[in-house]
Amino acid sequence: MFYAYFIINEESGETMTALLTMTDIDYRVGERQILTKINLRLEKESNLMVVGPSGSGKSTILQIMARMISPSAGQMTFDGHDAFTYDPMVYRRRVSYCFQQPTLFGKTVADNLNFPFEIRNQEIDKGRQHELLDQVNLSPDYLNHDITGLSGGERQRVALIRNLIFVPDILLLDEVTTGLDTDNKGIVHGLVDHYRDRGGTVVWITHDESEIAAADDLYEVVAGKHSQEVHHA
Amino acid sequence: MHNAVNVNNVSLAFAAGLVLVALFIGWRQKLGVDRDMIIGVVRAIIQLTIVGFLLKYIFAVNNVLLTLAMILVIIFNAAYNAMKRGKGIPNIFWSSFWSILISTSVTLSGLVLAGAIKFVPSQMIPISGMIASNSMVAIGLCYRNMRTLFRDQRQQVLERLALGASVHDSAIGIVRECIKTGMQPTIDASKTYGIVSLPGMMSGLIFAGVDPVYAIKYQIMVVFMLLSATSLGSVSACYIAYRRFFNDQQQLISASDNGK
Repeated sequence: MFYAYFIINEESGETMTALLTMTDIDYRVGERQILTKINLRLEKESNLMVVGPSGSGKSTILQIMARMISPSAGQMTFDGHDAFTYDPMVYRRRVSYCFQQPTLFGKTVADNLNFPFEIRNQEIDKGRQHELLDQVNLSPDYLNHDITGLSGGERQRVALIRNLIFVPDILLLDEVTTGLDTDNKGIVHGLVDHYRDRGGTVVWITHDESEIAAADDLYEVVAGKHSQEVHHA
Repeated sequence: MHNAVNVNNVSLAFAAGLVLVALFIGWRQKLGVDRDMIIGVVRAIIQLTIVGFLLKYIFAVNNVLLTLAMILVIIFNAAYNAMKRGKGIPNIFWSSFWSILISTSVTLSGLVLAGAIKFVPSQMIPISGMIASNSMVAIGLCYRNMRTLFRDQRQQVLERLALGASVHDSAIGIVRECIKTGMQPTIDASKTYGIVSLPGMMSGLIFAGVDPVYAIKYQIMVVFMLLSATSLGSVSACYIAYRRFFNDQQQLISASDNGK
């Protein structure tokens, strides 16, 4: 049985606006207990780094936050309301989850960057697409590039800007820099910093030592009964 | 009509010898199909004998309600068989039943209104059987492909959901692919009619002594009918079934998901 427990900004939390809270969240698959009594308070504009050993339930927490899965027990609030009262589609546009190894859709980069507009029945804003491509050091020509010809770093960058075409309230990043070289990591960090500068809230999962060292808030998910607060900004 | 089919019991018994040929091949090649083959032959004889007497009675009675009841039985059986292809998809029987009901009723209504067939049991029941069985095969193909695609493209569906897409927008690519799979055999078969195969209805009419030029009119009607039936069946089944892969929280259901 795994046990994970978070306390986030315990001292300053009461004076800040909680954008998302998790209270006594359990997650169980059959007889297997994945998460037990997860308590988490995510402040607006915060940058939370979630660390811990593989299999400790970090991704499960993010998937529950994104409502990709539902907890077996416990409560979750978003923006002051029960998170499960929001329409799932609307909620996921506000709490955007980026996968560790994202899959690109269709044939071209444009197919991926058009998708967020298509699902909102909005006209495609080329200017917005070019702006985001520029932020990740990709030229506007990339819109016509075949996705099969992209490098791993380029694929990850395209996937990430797909999440940011429409700016979400919370960006959930599940080991998005794993396997990337230093240059690509730098580009991803730059994009996330830019999002944060505009008031974005970020939750990261990472195993990268340099990212952990640079974190504002760093909490470890511990398998077992004990929690461990690693670092407090 | 003096050349019309005349199968007596003796000639049928001799024809049964052909089954021995198939059994010998199965035994000689160690295919392990002997038991299935014998069961299949016995079932075919029993089922066809029962249906032969049943149809004789229904045709003689010529009652609207009895005709509709027989059509419903055909649809029910077709749905039950299509359901087997969709094992693991929740409530798949009713998805199959409604889809075959829609395809059969719409296509039959079209044929009756066009004057191509009359609302008499001797025409309604055989045509219903053809429509329902083709819909059943098409729907079975749709289900099998849908299960495969939802497994193979699981990550893509999840990512679309995570980007805020609706269940429909997340799965529409799979749905379209499955509808195409369901319709494809009918489209392919229609291209080869007359060149590769002389289809069942046309062959049956020619066999019964009908002028081949007259028989093709019926076969052309059957081509139209089957295209309509398989497309309606595939579309209905896919649009009903794909939602069963999601829960009320618009989450993709998986064996490992035990959430509330």
